[in-house]
Amino acid sequence: MANLEVELVASDRVVWSGEATMVSAPAAEGDVGILVGHAPLLSVLRPGTVRVRGMDGSVLTAHIDAGFLSVDANQVTVVVDSAEVLEGSRG
Amino acid sequence: MGGQQRVYRQRIRSTQSLKKIFRAMELIAASRIGKARERVSSAGPYARAVTRAVSAVATHAGVDHPLTTERPDAKRVAVLVIGADRGMAGAYTASVLRESERLVGRLAEDGKEAVLYVVGRRAASYFTFRDREMAKTWTGESDAPSRELTAEIAGTLLEAFLTPEANGGVGELHIVYTQFVNMVTQTPQILRMLPLEVVEAAADETHEALPLYDYEPSPEVVLDALLPRYVQSRIRSCLLQAAASELAARQRAMHTATDNAEDLIRTYTRLANQARQSEITQEISEIVSGADALAAS
Repeated sequence: MANLEVELVASDRVVWSGEATMVSAPAAEGDVGILVGHAPLLSVLRPGTVRVRGMDGSVLTAHIDAGFLSVDANQVTVVVDSAEVLEGSRG
Repeated sequence: MGGQQRVYRQRIRSTQSLKKIFRAMELIAASRIGKARERVSSAGPYARAVTRAVSAVATHAGVDHPLTTERPDAKRVAVLVIGADRGMAGAYTASVLRESERLVGRLAEDGKEAVLYVVGRRAASYFTFRDREMAKTWTGESDAPSRELTAEIAGTLLEAFLTPEANGGVGELHIVYTQFVNMVTQTPQILRMLPLEVVEAAADETHEALPLYDYEPSPEVVLDALLPRYVQSRIRSCLLQAAASELAARQRAMHTATDNAEDLIRTYTRLANQARQSEITQEISEIVSGADALAAS
């Protein structure tokens, strides 16, 4: 099975990029979870928490403020103004 | 004669201390430029992601947004001039200002009034000296623009653009900045930022057609969130490039100044030696002629 290619980009740097099995993000009308094969989506994000479940099952958690999310052929790009990776999660 | 020698020595000393200052400024600029270039390149991924999303929406959703609507009857036009805070950077600020003046002249020919927004103390003082009105100035961070500064500039300009002209708004936005090509070449550029010219699925991405997206909550809201970000990231990229250009220009100018100081020191040393030599020659000839006179008597 294919995996998601995830990029978490803040305005001044790439916060994280790599392969993952699942991404959840606070979309404008409720949180969305994205798995492999998700339909193309372009969504506005509220401030909140983004979770990325990596290949080994570990979870990266990051606080974000407003931004947007695009999903396109298993490529997930989370673009935010600023992001802060939580301590203790895989960085 | 002795006075002449002293004058030369003095000049050599003062040129030497100037040379030290030039050298120090060159090294400072050189050490900062790496960081500035790094900032330029690290803003790249964000800008690419935003651009891609904007062109995706624009291609599929039929854009109708105030930020992209042409206003052919615009009479007031904002010009954002990005210059330096300090001099000592050769022609850096001067060439940006020359481009700005050209743009302002061109706009005046079209019957448009330029509203100046200025970044950088040098550029601001140029306009202040000429009693030209500026809508707003930002100073103090021209060689390392912060995120807050970018947000403030973008916010001010977007607000001005979205205000009707009758209430002091503007109908277009142009940016004059210096593009950082490489360490040797930086070219002043004029960029028309607003209204946005929507790039219909950028030509270099034709091999990879943009998908039909689902929009959440709706295309309009997504566009509303995207476009200001797009504008901001473009402005940020201009500021960062200008900062890198400023440092590169300063490094080069200071390098030339150091070389010139060395040349001057060499010339003055020659002159001082010559003066000393002629003084000695004169003294000897005085002694000899004195001795001759004594011997003759």
